[in-house]
Amino acid sequence: MTIVTTDLDPWQPGGSGTPLLRVRDLSVSFRTEGGRVCAVDDVSFEARAGELLAVVGESGCGKSVMAMALSGLLPRNASVTGSVELAGQQLVGASPGDLRRVRGSRIAYIFQEPMTSLNPVFTVGRQVAEVLRVHEGMDRRRANDRAAELLDLVGIANPRERLKQYPHQLSGGLRQRVMIAMAVAGSPEVLVADEPTTALDVTVQAGILDVLRDLRDRLGAAVVLITHDLGVVADIADRVMVMYAGRLVERADIQELFARPRHHYTVGLLGAVPTARSDGAAQRLREIPGLVPVIEGPEPRCTFAERCPAADETCRTRQPPLEIAPQSSHEAACWHPAGLSGAATGADQDRGAP
Amino acid sequence: MTVTEIDTDLDPGREAGRPRGGRLFRRLRRSPLAMTGFVVLTLAVLAAVLAPVLAPYSPDHADFSAVFQPPGSPGHLLGTDSLGRDILSRILFGARASLLVGVLSVLLALVVGVPLGLVAGYVSALDAVVSRLTDVVLAFPFLILAVGLAAIRGASLSNAALAIGISQIPGIIRVTRSETLRLKSLDYVAAAVAEGATDLWVVVRHILPNATSVLIVQATVAIPGAILGEAVLSFLGLGIQPPSPSLGTMLSEAQDSISRAPWTAVMPGIAIMVLTLAFNLFGDGLRDALDPRGSRR
Amino acid sequence: MRRYLLRRLGQSAVTLVLSTMVVFAGVRALPGDPARALAGEQNNPAQVAAIRAKYGLDDPVPVQYWHYLTHSLRGDLGTSVRTGIPVSDMLRSALPVTAELSLLALVVATVIGVLAGVVAATRRGTVAEWVANGFALLGLSVPNFWLGLMTILWLAVGLELLPASGYVPFRESPGQNLQHMILPALVLGTQLAAVIMRQTRSSMLDALETDYIRTARAKGLRERTVVWVHGLRNSLIVVVTIVGLQLGALISGAVVTERIFALPGFGKLTIDAVFQRDYPVIQAVVLVTATAYIVINLLVDLLYSLIDPRIRVSGEAT
Repeated sequence: MTIVTTDLDPWQPGGSGTPLLRVRDLSVSFRTEGGRVCAVDDVSFEARAGELLAVVGESGCGKSVMAMALSGLLPRNASVTGSVELAGQQLVGASPGDLRRVRGSRIAYIFQEPMTSLNPVFTVGRQVAEVLRVHEGMDRRRANDRAAELLDLVGIANPRERLKQYPHQLSGGLRQRVMIAMAVAGSPEVLVADEPTTALDVTVQAGILDVLRDLRDRLGAAVVLITHDLGVVADIADRVMVMYAGRLVERADIQELFARPRHHYTVGLLGAVPTARSDGAAQRLREIPGLVPVIEGPEPRCTFAERCPAADETCRTRQPPLEIAPQSSHEAACWHPAGLSGAATGADQDRGAP
Repeated sequence: MTVTEIDTDLDPGREAGRPRGGRLFRRLRRSPLAMTGFVVLTLAVLAAVLAPVLAPYSPDHADFSAVFQPPGSPGHLLGTDSLGRDILSRILFGARASLLVGVLSVLLALVVGVPLGLVAGYVSALDAVVSRLTDVVLAFPFLILAVGLAAIRGASLSNAALAIGISQIPGIIRVTRSETLRLKSLDYVAAAVAEGATDLWVVVRHILPNATSVLIVQATVAIPGAILGEAVLSFLGLGIQPPSPSLGTMLSEAQDSISRAPWTAVMPGIAIMVLTLAFNLFGDGLRDALDPRGSRR
Repeated sequence: MRRYLLRRLGQSAVTLVLSTMVVFAGVRALPGDPARALAGEQNNPAQVAAIRAKYGLDDPVPVQYWHYLTHSLRGDLGTSVRTGIPVSDMLRSALPVTAELSLLALVVATVIGVLAGVVAATRRGTVAEWVANGFALLGLSVPNFWLGLMTILWLAVGLELLPASGYVPFRESPGQNLQHMILPALVLGTQLAAVIMRQTRSSMLDALETDYIRTARAKGLRERTVVWVHGLRNSLIVVVTIVGLQLGALISGAVVTERIFALPGFGKLTIDAVFQRDYPVIQAVVLVTATAYIVINLLVDLLYSLIDPRIRVSGEAT
């Protein structure tokens, strides 16, 4: 275990959160048979060392595409603009060779489906060791030894035996732990976990989240957790970004966001989470009516307008900028933020007033 | 592991549905290769059907004063063979025989294979039985089958068609079976069963009509194989017997004169190639158009 | 794994027994009196009666089948009515030629087919893809015996690069043997290469869309490794199956190819036997082919289970 920390020395954060990943004006669009589809629209953010940043939104809101775009993993019909800087190195437009050296060693991914994300025809040991051999130049034996340590690190018992097994012989939870071991094998500075617990049982989920939390603390990596599950976010995130239809609509520290959501989409999302209220009464599970729209290009409006209870003419004609609320670091892109001018806009959110 | 299980394209539950009717044709029209195949095919079928009208000579008309005329000779567009017979005329009549054998053998395979495939896919208890039968048929490659049939019944066009048809049966069974499995798992079929429809009714009314498009593709893909098979058998003397014109026998006869008159071997070969290529192009287009994942290939 | 093996062995055994029954029934369906047929030209009544007794043709059908089976198992496949040589001896000298030809063709076809298939799947929209696709379409549409004739015409007769026909045993001169075999092997392998290419391309396209390929890329592997190790290993599973399925076509093709290149193999034996009405030879040929087909397919399936750990380890054959 000590090995992991020593390997990371150059990036060990000195307690303060240095921004490791700086994303500026990132946009992604796809050429499809039906024309252009804009999946990520002008997203900017930073992720700091030792921090767990959650990206939240319904499926189809562009969060996975954004994650893949960070290291150029999108298919060829995607066009990516903007800037992604990893500790000063520009990744948008970087050569395939440079990107390859970054992937797995400096940005690593954990994907949603541990069932299909591991290659069925190779042992898990080989798949973990592969990262070490490619990025650390280890020989077969050393890579294998290290892979066993990594399995141990992510809480897999009998790592030596597990190494020799194939993915189909492992349970979903174990497979996801293997995925995590593979991701941390290269001691990455940024760990992107794309819905890591969605495909798993609730009981298994907690274990995986523990591993992620533990790794964040131990590795000092910036963990970007992508999820639609606010329960997971509440559990482990430091900061939260809310995305809707490819745009960043709200960003705040975790307590702040849960206490005072400002964008009506966030309010809706929170309303859709089954949480227990302080008075003990189970909260009614609500859904936001409507679907995430498909954006074809720059649209001068709030994309949430047609589903928003507070929307007016302004919302339908002008795009709200991401603005910081006074005396806080809480940002939201909304003309009529909840909580502040909630009464004035007529937004009746039963969750707004405790 | 039997052969029936590798058809990844027809994985049940993987897709919403196959395009049909107008949408199918529109997709087909978007593919220039498939349309080329279709046009060539139509022309070839017309030429074969109208062979008696189109052919400048009788296919058996020998002219010993004009043997081995090269292509482009007056009156002989594609030249003549060792007996002075007009190669164009023989090709037209030969294509007729090829198409006949191709269609007959695939029809035979459909008549036997479709019911067996339906049974294998619908009645799981009989699946193993059908699959053993399929394995037995597969154990006799079509040429060996043709050899055996020729030994028992003598070489002829009908035996060639029989041998080819039998060897096409496993493929038809396999496709029908997996399509039946796929359709059986769909909700509306399950609903029909739940409403008390008899098995026969479900198979005839719900499964068979929906399986036709896939079967048409399979048949389209099987015909060029059958045409090649006929050519091989006739070439070896196990199929159509000379002097009846057949593309295979023409090639067989050309073997002796190949260095002296290459066109006697080149022309019939090109004819076979054009015929099978047209079928393959059209079949590919049809398959792609039918692929619910869209025309990615 | 053991359960899968046993089941697979059982299936093959059933298929084999059924196949021998088919051959046996075919022999009984031969025109005329089988005893007369076996006696060949010298069919005087005494001889026919002797043969009848010798082969037990007066016995009940199941007994006859049993005799047939046990004789075949002992390698006693009868005697050629034309040459008087035991059929098993004729097979022994012909089989190596065909085996070599088929094996060479298989290797050629697999190498070309897999390479072209991967190229077509990974270089989409390039000239290379079009060339590979066009090659496959032509390979499927060209009758291989015609291709054989044409290659003889150009390469062997026209350019005198390679011998047009004939055979030199490998043991006598490996070099000359290969010179004689390479052209037939290429001709025989063309169609198979086309089939393998299309299957490789299609399964490679499927594989490249999978999550584990995304994982492999996210790990920072070279694109070469992603395609040729992670993608191909999965595609090969399907390719192996295709080779098994194409075995029949390969055997049929070998017969014609040998005929064109005048190779003294199994095919020549077969065709000669048909025209000489050498029934014992035909019967043996059919039986041996079916047996070989079933045994080789069994081996292919075992190979399949070696490549695919999902079957190897747990026997979870779907």
